[in-house]
Amino acid sequence: MTDVADPEAAMTAAPATGHETPAHPPTTTGMSHNKVAMWLFLGSECLLFGALISVYMFAKSRLPAGEIGPNDVFDIPFTSVSSFVLLMSSLTMVLALSALTRGEERGFRIWIVATALLGGTFIAGQVYEFTVFYNLGLGYTTNIFGSAFYTLTGFHGAHVTIGIVMLMSALVASLRGRLSPRNAETVELIGLYWHFVDIVWILIFTIIYLFPQ
Amino acid sequence: MTTTSEPPLQLTAGEQLVRPSTSLGVFSRPRGDTGWKSWLFTVDHKRIGIMYGAAALLFLVIGGIEALLIRLQLAVPGGNVLSEDAYNQVFTMHGVTMVFLVIMPMAAAFANYLLPLQIGARDVAFPRLNAFSLWAFLAGGIFLNTSWFLGGAPDGGWFGYAPNSGLVYSPSNGMDFYALGLQIAGIASLVSAINLITTVLNMRTPGMTLFRMPVLTWMLLVVQFLLLFAIPVITVALFLLSFDRLFDANFFNVAAGADPLLWQHLFWIFGHPEVYILILPAFGIMSEVIPVFSRKPIFGYPFMVFSGIAIGFMGWGVWAHHMFTSGMGPVSVAAFSLSTMFIAVPTGVKILNWLATMWGGRIRLTTAMLYSVGAVAMFTIGGLSGVTHAIAPADTQQTDTYYIVAHFHYVIFGGSLMGMLSGIYFWWPKMFGHKLDEKLGKIGFWVLLIGFNLTFGPMHILGLQGMSRRIHSYAADSGFNLWNMFATVGSFVIAVGVLLFFWNIGVSRRRARGAPPVGPDPWDARGLEWMTASPTPTHNFDRDITVTRQDEFWHRKWRIGEDGKVTRIARSEDVAHDGSATDVHLPSPSYWPVVVALGLPLVAYGLIYNLWLTGLGALVILGGLYGWVFEPPDDPEAHAHDDHHDADPSDDSGNGASGGGTSTNGEGGPDSGDGTRQLTGAGVAGGPSAQATEEQS
Repeated sequence: MTDVADPEAAMTAAPATGHETPAHPPTTTGMSHNKVAMWLFLGSECLLFGALISVYMFAKSRLPAGEIGPNDVFDIPFTSVSSFVLLMSSLTMVLALSALTRGEERGFRIWIVATALLGGTFIAGQVYEFTVFYNLGLGYTTNIFGSAFYTLTGFHGAHVTIGIVMLMSALVASLRGRLSPRNAETVELIGLYWHFVDIVWILIFTIIYLFPQ
Repeated sequence: MTTTSEPPLQLTAGEQLVRPSTSLGVFSRPRGDTGWKSWLFTVDHKRIGIMYGAAALLFLVIGGIEALLIRLQLAVPGGNVLSEDAYNQVFTMHGVTMVFLVIMPMAAAFANYLLPLQIGARDVAFPRLNAFSLWAFLAGGIFLNTSWFLGGAPDGGWFGYAPNSGLVYSPSNGMDFYALGLQIAGIASLVSAINLITTVLNMRTPGMTLFRMPVLTWMLLVVQFLLLFAIPVITVALFLLSFDRLFDANFFNVAAGADPLLWQHLFWIFGHPEVYILILPAFGIMSEVIPVFSRKPIFGYPFMVFSGIAIGFMGWGVWAHHMFTSGMGPVSVAAFSLSTMFIAVPTGVKILNWLATMWGGRIRLTTAMLYSVGAVAMFTIGGLSGVTHAIAPADTQQTDTYYIVAHFHYVIFGGSLMGMLSGIYFWWPKMFGHKLDEKLGKIGFWVLLIGFNLTFGPMHILGLQGMSRRIHSYAADSGFNLWNMFATVGSFVIAVGVLLFFWNIGVSRRRARGAPPVGPDPWDARGLEWMTASPTPTHNFDRDITVTRQDEFWHRKWRIGEDGKVTRIARSEDVAHDGSATDVHLPSPSYWPVVVALGLPLVAYGLIYNLWLTGLGALVILGGLYGWVFEPPDDPEAHAHDDHHDADPSDDSGNGASGGGTSTNGEGGPDSGDGTRQLTGAGVAGGPSAQATEEQS
């Protein structure tokens, strides 16, 4: 401090007291950088899936009559079950985070594995579905519906897969004793992503599968 | 994940970096702060900003040469400088280069360098991600330009209308380079947007409320939001194009029922916000420069900010004015016509506010001020011709003619680029510690301004006469001869102006050796960035600044008396920090952002040539993320989280010991998110940067 008149000296010390605790990090918003960044990223993802869903709707409406289309391949009961499986994984994700914040390590591991397994089941269902569709004659290049359908659901499947990788990473961290209630935010952010991907699937399932073709 | 307590590796300002031994020897961090390595592996937002600027200037030269080739070809009727095919490539690459590789990175340069300084922060929220953005952008730009040597550059125009950009009509690999190169640059922009928004929201110095932020910070924030939401749309469009070209998908296959309008909608939903992504940073720069050289505060600060935000919102509702002639129906045309006229209102507010700022001010016509005033004037011309496009019947006449070319060069060259040149002259002393030569600068300005109007003014006439854009040559009896020759002469005058600018850099640099230092505040400026030594010390500020009002720095130098009389109360040198602090801890440099960025073009080359190369690129990316995660200061074992989501509360809480704290996340946090979909990896542990901030000395 060279300048005595500088008001900083007095003022910078003031807000330091009682504000910065691990639970209340001293960022301007009070949210951690990572959480802000995560929300921003998810905001961006909304536009990605928004565009992809729009492309699908547009493409489907342009499918020439007589070509293989949604009505020829969709198996609503099967996809309903796999959608249910994916949605249940959001519940187990919440339970996992809740267990972690309460310090129940074992509970956390069980629920995180359950979440990953449910997500894996969904992906397996998607692979099965793709195989069936392909055998019914709907390839990626078959027609405009095929291209749009596989692209949209493929992007979603890739997101779920990335989520599973993150869940397994959290499990490894927990097994190595790296996760504690103190850094539960890490898992919370994985959860944010996971719930987002689930919500997107609700939209996809409703718009792509359930809306009258 | 800071359950372990190994102290973070920190670069101490003013001292040689001393690296403690690490538990995993292979993953050491680079050290030292001199030499080329210190630039290659830096995470310092100022160096990254400077490199963004240097890269943008390099691409400016490339794009400029392409422009000169176009003008040479069109100088006289029946030109034969370029073949039709080469001409298509040259004008496509001219547009792509200028938009994505010149103006956008130039804006990123200002954003990186100035945004943390203007909010009183130590660095950006995620320093390593910041480095990654730079290298990914550069990788994308170089990748795009290698297409010249690999069978031909993109040739479908900068907006790549499908199906014209599809395999049938564009069989060379050029458009693949376009789609994948822009995809890579898009990743860079998206990551950067997330990073900078987080920085503004989370790292403001105490007292720096949103409505005390400089207008430039505000405009950059709006731009980052536009990028955040516009990039995913172009990402989808480029994916569709790539899938069509590489994997025979049918999105733009008209024979399979596809509608070419799909591309146009997707592209312009991105493309029109993109226009504001290009111009708003320049608006921000002009809003900084004009008050300083008018010796008045910015007129109507809230109006400036809100009109910027309004532009940001309304920019999403005007995209289809690029498509008036596409046959989308009278209702759409009328709606977009109205919204386009309406968006001129906030823009007009800004122009009037700049004029009102200058009104009654004691104006100093420095080079920076000249460029800003020039930009206001040129942008006004471009804006007015823009409003004429809002009138759909007139647009039907003008679309795809040189009138459009004239319009967007007046706004992008006359507005954006001139505004940024103003910023370069204004902040050069802050970045490099010496001013650019004023006399050469002023000569350069007038040469550039005259050349600019000589080139693009006549294009209005050519367009109204009916000369189509993108035509390779024209007949001698078309009546286009005179003005085309004017434009070509003008383009070479512009080239002289640009050369003068580069010459000025060299001359000023040589002259600065041995000259007295320029001081922290050579212009008697207003923003916090001037409140530290020039060039900016690595640690930015010696201590936290507490802001009590807008233009805090100016108010510490000047007092407005009861009678409105302004008196000096302190010298800039006394108010500004002298950069002598030595106990400031900063984020360490890192190898891995470069490595991850290097993987991206490998993936892209592989998609074009050989999927094995894609696999190799993916491995490089994965390996890079692995290294990113494992390098100290992060706990080498706490790697088990995905990059996107790994959040470590303690990276922020580390500031607890310091005063204020918000701006001084000295370690900068483990920049663990990568913000892109493609990149996954294990997480990053946070450095427990408990001592990461400076104490009052």
